[in-house]
Amino acid sequence: MVAAGKPASRAPVSPDAATRLEPGLLRLARWRLIAMHHAAGVGHLGGNLSALDAMMLVHHEMLGSQDRFVLSKGHAAGAYYVTLWSRGLIGDAELESFHGEGTRLAGHPPAGALPAIRFGTGSLGHGLSLAGGLALAARLQDRPGRVFCLTSDGEWQEGSTLEALIFCAHRRLSNLTILVDHNRLQGFGTTAEVASLDPIGRALGGFAVEIREADGHDLADMRRALEPGTDRPVVVVLHTRKGHGVPSIEGRMDSHYLPLTDAQFREALTGVREPLA
Amino acid sequence: MRRELCEALVARAPRPDLVFLTGDLGFGALEPLRDALGDRFINAGIAEQNMISVAAALASEGLEAWTYTIAPFCYARAFEQIRNDVCLHRLPVRMLANGGGYGYGVMGATHHALEDYGILSTLPGLRIFVPAFDGDVAAVVAAAGDSAGPVYLRLGRGELPAGCAPPPYAPWRRLRAGTGPVVVAVGPMAGVAWSALMEDGSNGADLWAVSELPLQANPPPEAFVAALRASGRLCVVEEHVAQGGLGQSLAAWCLEHAVPITGFRHMAALGYPSGTYGSQGFHRRECGLDAESIRAAFAA
Repeated sequence: MVAAGKPASRAPVSPDAATRLEPGLLRLARWRLIAMHHAAGVGHLGGNLSALDAMMLVHHEMLGSQDRFVLSKGHAAGAYYVTLWSRGLIGDAELESFHGEGTRLAGHPPAGALPAIRFGTGSLGHGLSLAGGLALAARLQDRPGRVFCLTSDGEWQEGSTLEALIFCAHRRLSNLTILVDHNRLQGFGTTAEVASLDPIGRALGGFAVEIREADGHDLADMRRALEPGTDRPVVVVLHTRKGHGVPSIEGRMDSHYLPLTDAQFREALTGVREPLA
Repeated sequence: MRRELCEALVARAPRPDLVFLTGDLGFGALEPLRDALGDRFINAGIAEQNMISVAAALASEGLEAWTYTIAPFCYARAFEQIRNDVCLHRLPVRMLANGGGYGYGVMGATHHALEDYGILSTLPGLRIFVPAFDGDVAAVVAAAGDSAGPVYLRLGRGELPAGCAPPPYAPWRRLRAGTGPVVVAVGPMAGVAWSALMEDGSNGADLWAVSELPLQANPPPEAFVAALRASGRLCVVEEHVAQGGLGQSLAAWCLEHAVPITGFRHMAALGYPSGTYGSQGFHRRECGLDAESIRAAFAA
């Protein structure tokens, strides 16, 4: 059992070790993420919890030294840091500095500060172009390897994301897999209310990409959906819940901004349901 | 300068890591480069934001990435991509920006670049090249290609005036010696200023061409400082708005380095004083940036 506010350490593993993601490790990461955000007194937890499962799966089971990952929804930095910590690429002390004075772990992934993070992101609409460039580089350099890019769903309202999709589809970048964290909530409303692309899979299916759908909190379903593509980029629409695993904030708008109260935090650590059966 | 640019890049094309991206521009000019590069010549379409970020990613993988478009479509349209994806990561993306100043003439204000190097000078680690003459382009392309960090290259009209024999390319070059006011011209304005001032006697202007910015990374040479200390009068000529231009930064540099200035004149782009459009020459004349206006200003 992990004590509140002081999660257990995670022994480092080789960056190249592709291992099966065990539910217990995923639960540990979730606890660590919740505790880290609570200790720092920061929000954005909802969109971190919706993205954590996919990030953990990709990093533990799919990323080797030839592969690349770009977090386009940079506000899920906490989940990214915890994922890297779970792979031994960020230490305990560093993780505890999250959001503090003098930290390298800012509220959005930093540029050039950590070897494990290739690109600093945060302003939405950049990540898919960067991922497309990485996929193109692998092709030009005749290298193997897959590129994964995790976007938010609201981010598809950015014109530059569509510029990137047109480019990647036109270039048939089949080594690129785009994950859409479709938690249906954005900064000031639901995606359906603000600027709907729903159903987003059908909207993006108009491009030369392969659309797949998966439950973003079901590892087996995601494993199936994240199989390599054939002759074009793969877009995996992950159906997720903002604040997943913390009943008091799950699916709620305020989970985008507000930190957990102490009561919510205690509930989160004691009442969090089993992430995976 | 497009022809010289194409020639310089074709000469560089055998480098296997060179990748060139264009924002759907280059018709009638870059076909030889396209033929030389094959699948490393990429028309990224009318999507400059994407093009800059793609280039950043290519550079992060060790490829020599170049981008090409009309100047404002680069620095203005894709500014955040330049700031975040290129400069914050210190990635060596070489951004080629055609049509510096009023270069696109009667095409109109949307195609002009009057504030580019002022804005870009605020970004960390970005080297800015403004070649003055067509003959500079090969050296500038070589320097940009070998740069370890990001580069913005402002291309313009670089005609060499008849009789002008500039020294080999350098960030600062003295084009004319004189005991009069020290005149500094940015990029192709150097040729215009030379035409305006070349007939003056030995007590005429001491004329310098500047082709690399920002000033902090390219401080004036000792000979320039000595001439300025002797003269005390400084004039900066640039096809760029005054705000953020070399004139302001050079004036501040003189204050910081205790170089006394008794007279300062800044001849800069004024936008569109009449609200009408015309050739590059038309706009220069409206701003007093043509040879005749410069000559008249110094005669006054």
